[in-house]
Amino acid sequence: MAGAYTYIGRSTPREDASRVVTGTVQFIDDIALPGLLHGRVLRSPHAHALVKAVDKTKAEALVGVEAVLAWEDVPDWKGGMTNSTRVLDRKVRFVGDAVAIVAATTRKTAAEALDLIDVEYEILPGVFTLDDALDPGAPQLYEDYPGNVVTPGVPGWGPESLKDLVTGDVDGGFREADVVAEGVFGCENIPNPMPPETPGAIGLWEEPNKITVWVSDQAFYKHKGYLRRIVGSGFDIKTIGVPCGGSYGSKNMSWQLQLHAVLLSKATGRPVKLVLSKEEQLAAFTLRPSSRMHVKVGLKRDGTVTALSGRWLVETGHYSQTTQAQVAVGLGEAQLAIRCANWDLHPAIVCTNRNASGMVRGFGGQELKCSLTPILSLAMEKAGLDPFEFFKKNYVKPGDGYFWRNGKWYVYRGVDYAAAMDEGAKRFGWAEKWKGWLNPSEVSGTKRRGVGVCVHGNADIGEDPSEAYVRLDPDGTATIHSALVEHGTGQKTNIVKMVAEVLQLPLDRVSQLPTDSSNSPFERGPGGSRGTYATGSAVIAAAEDARHKLLESAAHALGADPADLDTDSGMVFRKNEPSERISWEAAVGRRTCIGYGRFEEDFTLANCMMTFVEVEVDTETGHVTLIEVVNTTDVGQIIDPPGLEGQMNGCLGSGGIDSALFEETVLDSSTGRMLDSNMVDYRWRTFFELPSVHNVVLETPFASHRFGAVGVGEVATAPGPAAALMAASNAIGVWLDGYPATPQRVLRALGNVAPGRTGGGAT
Amino acid sequence: MEHADRIRLTVNGKVHDIEIGDRDDQVGPLETLAATLRERLRLTGTKVACDDGACGCCTVHLDGMAILSCMTLTVECDGKDVTTIEGLSDPKTGALDPLQQAFIDHTAFQCGYCTPGIIMSAKALLAENPRPTEEEVKEGLSGNFCRCISHYHVVKAVMSVVPPGGG
Repeated sequence: MAGAYTYIGRSTPREDASRVVTGTVQFIDDIALPGLLHGRVLRSPHAHALVKAVDKTKAEALVGVEAVLAWEDVPDWKGGMTNSTRVLDRKVRFVGDAVAIVAATTRKTAAEALDLIDVEYEILPGVFTLDDALDPGAPQLYEDYPGNVVTPGVPGWGPESLKDLVTGDVDGGFREADVVAEGVFGCENIPNPMPPETPGAIGLWEEPNKITVWVSDQAFYKHKGYLRRIVGSGFDIKTIGVPCGGSYGSKNMSWQLQLHAVLLSKATGRPVKLVLSKEEQLAAFTLRPSSRMHVKVGLKRDGTVTALSGRWLVETGHYSQTTQAQVAVGLGEAQLAIRCANWDLHPAIVCTNRNASGMVRGFGGQELKCSLTPILSLAMEKAGLDPFEFFKKNYVKPGDGYFWRNGKWYVYRGVDYAAAMDEGAKRFGWAEKWKGWLNPSEVSGTKRRGVGVCVHGNADIGEDPSEAYVRLDPDGTATIHSALVEHGTGQKTNIVKMVAEVLQLPLDRVSQLPTDSSNSPFERGPGGSRGTYATGSAVIAAAEDARHKLLESAAHALGADPADLDTDSGMVFRKNEPSERISWEAAVGRRTCIGYGRFEEDFTLANCMMTFVEVEVDTETGHVTLIEVVNTTDVGQIIDPPGLEGQMNGCLGSGGIDSALFEETVLDSSTGRMLDSNMVDYRWRTFFELPSVHNVVLETPFASHRFGAVGVGEVATAPGPAAALMAASNAIGVWLDGYPATPQRVLRALGNVAPGRTGGGAT
Repeated sequence: MEHADRIRLTVNGKVHDIEIGDRDDQVGPLETLAATLRERLRLTGTKVACDDGACGCCTVHLDGMAILSCMTLTVECDGKDVTTIEGLSDPKTGALDPLQQAFIDHTAFQCGYCTPGIIMSAKALLAENPRPTEEEVKEGLSGNFCRCISHYHVVKAVMSVVPPGGG
C-alpha cells in the first residue's frame, strides 16, 4: 500500500545497489590498512584436553611472524553468558577450540607458523551427546556448570528473566482435556546458518588503553559495551561497523575473534586482521542449538490447549554464547503460538564437547517449534484437528497475554493474524490439499505428495532501545546518524526512505554517516526483526524532531506560526501558499537542525509468519523434493516490496526449511570431529532446485510508528522446518523420527512401518 | 627458485607483468588467481568465500569463460585475459553493464556478498547463450551459492536483459 506515500511501500533501488553490483562494497576482508598484519588461530585437534605446554620458538623464528600468543600470554578475559569462557584457555573443549594465535606479515606466513607451534596436550574424556553429558558420571566441561548444565537466566534481563514457564494448574488442565498426548522429539541436526562471508575482525591497540575494532557483524555498536564487560573499564573502546556479507543472526557476536585480533595488535603495535576460513566458520563458529523435548499436551476437541508440561533440553556445545536468552525468547514464542492457561515447561541448557551453538534467526523459538510441533501433531491427530485451524485458533490475539524474556507479563495489542492466515491457506489451497493426518494429498506411482503447516512469531520486534540523530543542513540535505550496518535486509535503505518520507526529501538527498560507534548514539542493531519498528521508530522520531526545529526556526525568521509551515524538497512554504517557496538556507540561514529520536523497548507487539509446505517423496529412493512454499504474514505497511520479498524467500536457506530436508552438521560422536565442515559436503540448495515460493503479505496498520509497520525477516525461517517434516510424514503415511528428512530416514521409516500404525513420530 | 619467471596477465584491459617466485613480492607457484586479484592488484570485488571451488563467489572470466579464481593458479594464466566485476562497466563512460543495472532494478541481492560472482556467471552464460530460458539460467547459475535466497530476484534480473522472443 504505497498510495499514501512518496517512498514508503514503493520499490526503490537499495542505497548501496551500485556498490554491490560493481564489487566496490568494502567487506571486512577487503579493507587494507597501513602496516596491517594477518592473524590466524591454531586450533585444537582434541575435543577435550588440557594444554600442558606450548612451544612457540620455531614459529617465532619464522621470518614474517610478528607475534605468537597462547593462554599464558593473555589477560584473564572471559566471555559467554555467565562469563564462562576465556579468550584463550589452558583447557580446550572442542575440536577447533583456540589454542594459540599468530600475527604475520602475510596470510601464507601466518598459516605456515601454525604448523611450527608444538603443543603438548593431556587428553581428557569428552561428552558428545545430550544423554552422555547428563550422565551422573560424565566428564565436566566447566567447574561452574555442575552436571554440564549451564546456569539458567540472562543477567542483563533482570532477576526474573524467563527460565521456565510455570503458570496455572496443569493437573487441572489435563483433567479438562479430551485427548492427552505425550512424546519425545528432537531437532538435533544443528544446521549451520553459513553466511557466505566468513566472520572477521580487525583489531587495533593504541597505547595506553585505546581499542578499535572493525567488525563484519550485523550489530557492531553493542560490541562496544560487550567488550567493556569482558575487558573491564579503563579502556577507550571504539567499534566500526563494516558491511556484513550475510549473518542470519550468527554474526551478532564474535567477541573471541575480535579480542584475538586486539591482543595480537597489542603484542605487535600494528593493526591485525583476523578472518576465519570457511572450515573454521563451519567447525569453530556458532551453529544452531540442538533441541529435544519430552512433553505432554492436553487438547479439547475444539482445539483449545488445556495443559502443556515437560522438559526442554537444549544442547549448546562447548559454551553458551546467548543460549539462556534463546531459551527465554523460545518460551515466550511458545506462548505466542499456543494459547494455553496451564504450563509447566522446564528447560535445561547442556554443554557438550562440540562447537558452540549461538544466535541464528529463529533464536531458540525455531528449535523449540521443531521439537514441539510433532508432539502437538500427535495430540491434534488424536483429537481429529486440522493443524491450520489449530494454529489459527491458537495464535496470539489482541488482548491475550504472555510472559516475555524478562519474566514480565505483556498484553498483545497488535493485529489479529487470522485474516492473513486465511489468505495464505487460500493461496496454497490448503482445504483441497489437506487429507487428514498421515494421508498424502496426491499419489502417483512411487511419488507421494504431502502438506504441512506451522506458525511462528516474535515479540522481540520491539526489543531493546534504539537512538538516532537526523541532521538537516541548510543546503537541503539530511544526514542520518544511526549505528546501523547493512547485513542484507536493506534496512539502511529503509531508514533513508523513512526519513525521506517524513521530510519529503528526494532519496538522494538523505545520506548516512559511516558506521562508527564514536559518531552515533546507542543502537542495538538488527536482531529479532527489530529494525522496522525499533530502529525505524528512533529514526522517524529524529526526523520529526529535526523537521520541527527547522520549521520553528523558519517560523521565527518569517514571522509565521510553525504550525502554518510545511517543507518538501528542501524548501519551506506556508501551507496556504504552497507556491511561494524558499530554500531551507533562506529560511533558517547558517543553521543546522539536529533532531534526536529514541525508541523504548516494547514487547506488546509481535510479528507472525505462517508457512505452508508441499513436498513430494519418492518412496523408492526416499528422496524428498520441496514443491511449494507459501508464507503468509501481515506487516502493517510494506516499506520496501522487493526487500520484504527477499527476506521471506530466505525461509529456505540459513538453516530454514532446508534444515528439515537435507541440511545437517555431521559429528563423529566418538571423536567430536565435524565431518562436513566445507561447502562440498555440507549440503545447500542450488539455483536448479528452486521450489515455487509465494509470499502473501497483508497490510493492516499496527500501532507501531507513523507508518504502522512491523518487521518480519528474522522469523522467516522458523515455521518452515516443522511444516516440511509434517508434509513429508503425511506424504509417506508414517511419522519421520527426526530432522532432516534424508532418504535414509525416509526409507527407514517406510521399512519400519507396521500396518495401520498411526500417531506422531514422538515415541 | 633460481630464476625469476614472468607472466603477462591482462586484467580488465590493463596488462600486468608479474614476477613468479617465492618472495613475498612475487607470485608463488601455488598462489590462486583470486589471491593475486584481491591481494596484489587490490581488485577486491572478486570474493573468496569457500576457497574450495564450491560456491562460485570468486567467479571471473578467463578469456571470456567463467572460471573459479580460487581454483585457478595465477601461473597458469600467462597471456590470458581476465575480466573481473570491476571490469564490467564501460571503461570509457563508466556506464554500468545492462546486467548490473538489471540487478539494481530488481534488487537481485540481499547481503550482496555473492553478487559479483553471480553477475560474472550470468554474464558468461549470456555471452554463450544470449537467449536462455529461465531453466537454462537456473542451470547456468547452479554453481553459485546464495544463502539469503535472492535466487528468484536474480533469475528475474537475468531474464529481463534477455531480448524478447528468447528461449
